[in-house]
Amino acid sequence: MARLSRRRLLGSAAALAAAPALPRPAIAQAQVCRIGLILPMTGPFASTGRQIDAAVRTWLRMNGETHGGRRLEILLRDDTGVAPDTTRRLAQELVVRERVNILAGFGLTPLALATAPVATEARVPMIVMAAGTSIIVQRSPFILRTSFTLPQQAMPIAEWAAANGIRSCATMVTDYAPGHDAEGAFKRRFLERGGQIPLELRTPLRNPDYAPFLQRVRDARVQALFVFVPSGEGANVMKQFDERGLRQDGIRLIGTGDLTDDDILNDMGDPAIGVITSHFYSAAHDSPENREYVAAFRQGYPNMRPNFMSVGGFDGMRLIAEGLRETGGNLDGQRLVDAMRGKSWISPRGPITIDRETRDIIQDVYIRRVERRDGQLWNIEFDRIPQVRDPGA
Amino acid sequence: MLTVLIDGVASGMLLFVLACGLSVTLGLMNFVNLAHGAFGMAGGYLCVVLLNQHGVPFLPAVVAAALFAAALGFVLERTLYAHLYGRDHLDQVLFSIGLVFVMSAVVDWLMGARQQLITLPAWLQGRWDFGFVTVGVYRAFLIAICGAIVLALHLGLVRTRFGARLRAAVDDGVVARGLGIPVNRIFGVTFALGSGLAGLGGALGVEVLGLDPTFPLKYMVYFLIVVAVGGANTIVGPFLAALLLGVVDVAGKYYVPQVGAFVIYTAMVVLLLLRPHGLLAKASAR
Repeated sequence: MARLSRRRLLGSAAALAAAPALPRPAIAQAQVCRIGLILPMTGPFASTGRQIDAAVRTWLRMNGETHGGRRLEILLRDDTGVAPDTTRRLAQELVVRERVNILAGFGLTPLALATAPVATEARVPMIVMAAGTSIIVQRSPFILRTSFTLPQQAMPIAEWAAANGIRSCATMVTDYAPGHDAEGAFKRRFLERGGQIPLELRTPLRNPDYAPFLQRVRDARVQALFVFVPSGEGANVMKQFDERGLRQDGIRLIGTGDLTDDDILNDMGDPAIGVITSHFYSAAHDSPENREYVAAFRQGYPNMRPNFMSVGGFDGMRLIAEGLRETGGNLDGQRLVDAMRGKSWISPRGPITIDRETRDIIQDVYIRRVERRDGQLWNIEFDRIPQVRDPGA
Repeated sequence: MLTVLIDGVASGMLLFVLACGLSVTLGLMNFVNLAHGAFGMAGGYLCVVLLNQHGVPFLPAVVAAALFAAALGFVLERTLYAHLYGRDHLDQVLFSIGLVFVMSAVVDWLMGARQQLITLPAWLQGRWDFGFVTVGVYRAFLIAICGAIVLALHLGLVRTRFGARLRAAVDDGVVARGLGIPVNRIFGVTFALGSGLAGLGGALGVEVLGLDPTFPLKYMVYFLIVVAVGGANTIVGPFLAALLLGVVDVAGKYYVPQVGAFVIYTAMVVLLLLRPHGLLAKASAR
């Protein structure tokens, strides 16, 4: 034993002596910032994870890996999207064993909420790139958000509807927390603007068939229908909306942008055309930043179209880089969070700011209509509400 | 009002085609097969792949889906299910629910977790307006197809030699064997038939019910309700049960959307209290 430890001691001494002689790039390389990226890469929300992962890699390819003297190293973990305690355990492992400096990702609200205490205790900045409930940023002083909040997206479409001659509107939301949020936000603003909501429907989460609900809407003789359903279900709603003849009756289908998610919009076909939604990002957004982003994304992932989830991941990386640049590579959690709050820049989605006080995102929200261009379906923006804050749930 | 009724009938018919295979395995073969929906899923996915990736027209794709699910059912019956006929129900439940998880994972891996979308041919889109009632063309199509299947099944079971042999094999397998009836082969064919019908239902249902890897679990409850309410040893019983549940479910969602999802369960409880052995228990007492 004694001999072994003496030998080891000798070895370490030799290494120590050799260290200054190493060339400089090796030292620079040792200066890393480890980012624990927790996403649903499998399971029902795999699309969210795939989009954000792709966007993070795209960002690194476009902007290089070293920022503020630190090389960004991504440790990707799959939390399957359905088990908050898994997300929390992965975050703990990343912090304790892998010694990550920043946590990022978080596909859904419960997953982010479960991880918030870990961020607080470990004093590690936590970048929420997807989850969209208002309360998340209040759960830890180390949370910053680069995605969106649901009320922030639902209120503008209520304004737009009220301002464009829609007096009576029905709502149809899925009976779970985000659905209630969307319904509440839409209803509050639409009633404030003098609209009427004669019919409020909540559909079960495991719902086989939207037809009876839509028939009810049709018979209620409203001018528009506001819909919020889990991503992916939207296609079914639009199909049956058409099949029921609601469109022919002149009822307009409106909603938040996840109804016409860019990830699957193209497969939705003709029933999607003309649907009007409010959202912060469309892959068809007309700006040099977005054209550059979409081109770079497509180069790495030719079979995918970047959606609103991806842009949350893309801007999350930008936020981390900005923070590191300001602290000069210092990885102290509190200093990083202080450096990151208040930052603003032009994202592919348009101008955004991370609010200095709330650490939540302030961004433009666009009103878009689904149109066919060059044989593909796109969300074409035609109106803009500048710099919307989260109005609270 | 009439529209709601017709929608209910269409959804009930579809439910029946999906579930009747289960009533055959459960009622006639006395095997608890919770994996029944997985065959529906298999058919649905094959239909989607043929339609979207190979440009096969709708009707051939649906037929292929039924044949594929039937073949899958036949192979699995011979290789896996056959070993479990004599075992108690708990073993059968554990085995078949395991099979559901395996098949869901395989589908997830091959096709991804998202909802699958298809576009119907133009002649099945739109709706007919009769003035007093409007009917979706596809729903009318569903009613026609499923109605024909119900009739064929009923006649097949009651009037044909195969049906008679099947009933004999179920009633008393030992005596049937003694009479020279190939019981195993009959069970195999019956199982394949049930799976094929599930595959057909899955393919027809993509447009109405949606399709993702959780399909077998999502609808398992509905299938079991149909069989439980209908009684498990006739064709007519589950058919009436499916119709009733379809209509009650649709009407419930239409008239009382606040409790929409629970109406179907309430209906089940009431029916089972009134007729604990199934709708047509008396007619088929044995």
